[in-house]
Amino acid sequence: MTRLWSWGALAFGLIYFALPLIGMTEFSLKMRRGEYSFDAYAKVLADPKFQETFSYSVIMALVTIAFGVLLVVPTAFWVRLKMPGMRPYVEFITLLPLVIPAIVIVFGYIRLYNTSSWLPLTGSAMGTNILLMFGYTTLALPYMYRAVDTGLRTIDVATLTEAAQSLGAGWGTILARIILPNVLVAVLSGAFLTFAIVIGEFTMAALLNRPAFGPYMQLLGANRAYEPAALAVIAFGITWACMGLIQLVTRFSKHTRAQH
Amino acid sequence: MPPSTSSTVPVTRPARRLPTNWVGLVPFALFALLFLILPTMNIVLGAFQTPEGGFTFENIRGLNTPQIRAAYIISLKISLASAALGCLIGFAVAAAVVLGGLPRFIRSPLLTFSGVASNFAGVPLAFAFLATIGPVGLITVFLKTQLGIDLRMLGFNLLSFWGLTITYLFFQIPLMILIITPALDGLKREWREAAAILGASRLQYWRMVALPILFPSLLGTLALLFANAFGAVATAIALTGSSMNIVPILLFAQIRGDVLGNPHLGYALAFGMIVITGVANAVYIVLRARSERWLK
Repeated sequence: MTRLWSWGALAFGLIYFALPLIGMTEFSLKMRRGEYSFDAYAKVLADPKFQETFSYSVIMALVTIAFGVLLVVPTAFWVRLKMPGMRPYVEFITLLPLVIPAIVIVFGYIRLYNTSSWLPLTGSAMGTNILLMFGYTTLALPYMYRAVDTGLRTIDVATLTEAAQSLGAGWGTILARIILPNVLVAVLSGAFLTFAIVIGEFTMAALLNRPAFGPYMQLLGANRAYEPAALAVIAFGITWACMGLIQLVTRFSKHTRAQH
Repeated sequence: MPPSTSSTVPVTRPARRLPTNWVGLVPFALFALLFLILPTMNIVLGAFQTPEGGFTFENIRGLNTPQIRAAYIISLKISLASAALGCLIGFAVAAAVVLGGLPRFIRSPLLTFSGVASNFAGVPLAFAFLATIGPVGLITVFLKTQLGIDLRMLGFNLLSFWGLTITYLFFQIPLMILIITPALDGLKREWREAAAILGASRLQYWRMVALPILFPSLLGTLALLFANAFGAVATAIALTGSSMNIVPILLFAQIRGDVLGNPHLGYALAFGMIVITGVANAVYIVLRARSERWLK
């Protein structure tokens, strides 16, 4: 009886999740009348706007990841090593982006950093890019910090640091050559998740008027029929790839650790 | 912390080095202040300011117009419905896989898929549902041509309360599965056995042991899912354009072009969003701390 219910619940879940995925895939193949074809994909991929916005978002994601790692790894390391008492406070701040909707944060940016403010970041394209990158970093902060902090928990930070210091290493060396390699798996997990979040992000990019992939998708969705479905399939593939890579690095690290 | 280090700290580390410790936190604190806390504070303060800068409650009171009230009500309804259904269905699926005697190999793919689906939100998710139950979507067309059922005639419309709720469930259910699975794992077999030995039926075990233990995490997750749906902007905009009057869409339009005709009303609108997601998350945090007492 229990098992029957269980299969029922699972089957319901499977159907609910499979149908939209099948629906979008089928729809994306229907551009040519009467037969299935990849026309919608060809059209999307050949669109110069797609290439522009997609590469813009990829670059933004990479820069965000780099900045996020530079910000989070030293902070999490320092909190673990020197200021364990601050940990709840830092953790609380890193969780705030889950509480404050992204649309409110970017609304604040527009007010704080407009052209007539003390730091007119929105005055130039480059400034806005940087502001958007900071915005993405806040969105990724909860995931990045949690991942790195969990990674640091598995190593003995204090001993490693003291050992490195007694061999004459400075803070930069310790972070880059001792801590980072040891939490690399955690950092990579955070990085792939950040990539998945940034690549399709809509709200911040749209309100800051940057030519990112998210607003492009929305615009295409408002004007075309079949291309959006193709884009949805591509976006789903990217999300899937990011999650798959997280699993892969996690499994890979377990494997190498077991051999030692 | 290992005892060896804590005992050597007072000996090897002179007091003069202590005050410089905070320097390591400066970059993070500066970042959080400039790009998270100050922008939010700015909006909150703006909600209580007159255009001249004086203090006022007029903006908050100004929210009480039929349009804004309707936007909040429909937003609350969608968030509540998608959170409640997401909790219920997610719990059912997670319980089926963890406790329901299904083969173990299902578990890992399910969790991976949940990770993917909970992150598959925003614009592409809207496209997926438009292609499925939109006006010319897969299911709509199938029902019409094969079974003669016209969803339109039955009153179903994707750009509605139910349309948005069904779409939001696509990221709500997986999130619930991800959060509740560890909690279900934490239910010790001994508890069930002890209850059984004392003569409890399965129903009694669930009603008097398992559910009270799970209750804080269930309610907490409900709050989290609620906040999650309430702040969802991209999915709603991609799905409905700007035709639907819900808070995130209204705020988006307000930031773009001051549709309310009063910038400070926009701040009040945003402030209302923070209050609602803030309360929901506070509930989540408090209840999660409580649930961790048992589920360790």
